[in-house]
Amino acid sequence: MIRVHLPAHLRTIAHIDGEVELELDGAVTQRALLDALEERYPMLRGTIREHGTGKRRAFVRFFACEEDLSHEEPDAPLPAPVVAGAEPFLVMGAMAGG
Amino acid sequence: MSGVRVLVGTRKGAFVLTSDERRADWEVTGPHFPGWEIYHVKGSPADPDRIFAAQSTSWFGQLIQRSDDGGKTWHPVGNEFAYEGVPGTHQWYDGTPHPWEFARVWHLEPSLTDPDLIYAGVEDAALFRSNDAGATWQELPGLRGHGSGPKWQPGAGGMCLHTIIQDPRDANRLIIAISAAGAFRTEDGGKTWQAINHGLKSGQIPDPDAEVGHCVHHIARHPQRPDVLFMQKHWDVMRSDDGGDNWYEISGNLPTDFGFVIDVHAHEPDTVYVVPIKSDEHHFPPDGRLRVYRSRGGGHEWEPLTAGLPQENCYVNVLRDAMAVDSLESCGVYFGTTGGQVYASADSGDTWAPIVRDLPAVLSVEVQTLP
Repeated sequence: MIRVHLPAHLRTIAHIDGEVELELDGAVTQRALLDALEERYPMLRGTIREHGTGKRRAFVRFFACEEDLSHEEPDAPLPAPVVAGAEPFLVMGAMAGG
Repeated sequence: MSGVRVLVGTRKGAFVLTSDERRADWEVTGPHFPGWEIYHVKGSPADPDRIFAAQSTSWFGQLIQRSDDGGKTWHPVGNEFAYEGVPGTHQWYDGTPHPWEFARVWHLEPSLTDPDLIYAGVEDAALFRSNDAGATWQELPGLRGHGSGPKWQPGAGGMCLHTIIQDPRDANRLIIAISAAGAFRTEDGGKTWQAINHGLKSGQIPDPDAEVGHCVHHIARHPQRPDVLFMQKHWDVMRSDDGGDNWYEISGNLPTDFGFVIDVHAHEPDTVYVVPIKSDEHHFPPDGRLRVYRSRGGGHEWEPLTAGLPQENCYVNVLRDAMAVDSLESCGVYFGTTGGQVYASADSGDTWAPIVRDLPAVLSVEVQTLP
């Protein structure tokens, strides 16, 4: 079971209260996690990753275990505590705007 | 009893204002989508309970929301706006080629007759259509492929397609406008387009009479006289009597011919409203006095409307999509400001009052007249 923490705007869009829990088959990667998230909450398509390219949106960052995973390869394995459900995968909006 | 529903998009959410036909007391609901920029909210003329909203942020991009119960509840629909083929380039501010990139939806225009058909005008400028009430969107690529696309250049606010006008006589006839490319018309449902900028003069571009490059801010038309168009351009208020083939200036005695918004009275096709703004650098009313100007004769002669509007220390702007009219007797006129006020007149502009006054900066105002 993978835990995902979303920013408030995206929780509102997806009608999510608290963390999301996902079950993933196979390798737990950033891509697999986000694919599963978007499959369960189709309204989030295009909000974290761009349509088409699948590129992370410029003002969105990924963190886990106090590390910045934003620039990791999408198919790289996520840290073991995330895979084990001990630590959440954090989707964060950049500190910008008003 | 009939009534009015005013749909307001702001920098930080959408609001719905409702009143009965007297338009004296208003109920304000919202914010819907708090914290998001709502560039436009508009209801379907074919089904007034169906309303669409364009919602975006820099962080999470574009969403389209739809309500099927008059704005009480909303749900996200399709938000994938993919340009057809290889998008190519347009001009950037410095004149160099710049790839076409989708940024946001500026304007939503539901069909006059089909509740499932809706058009979206986007930045970077393109026209999209949905035939399934917003679930999926397809570009009408003939517009960008018109031939002049590589010469289009953004205005200061971005290269946006902000005006979509349907012809009540023929659903295949559309007029659109782009800042800062100009106005275009199709007569075959969007397959082919022609630039309709003859008579527009823009001193900011090398050839002031160029086919494209004109910064059109907004176009309005009365449904009973579809061949007459009124335009607020970056500078100049313009009129066409032949569906956009030729334009002539009607700025007349306006204190400044710069502004963003223009609209037409619901029952008087020759009664036109603008809100003059001081210069393209200041973007606020001359002398700090908020005045709507009305022409009863289709332009040239304009009278200031001031009753109920602030006449000192007022430095707000009224953006291009932030004025609308209802179709009650007598005609109601509404506009929103960047100061968060929505002003309304239930007597064709003679007297005004704020119907809400402390919203976030208003980006758009649309009105539904309910049976």
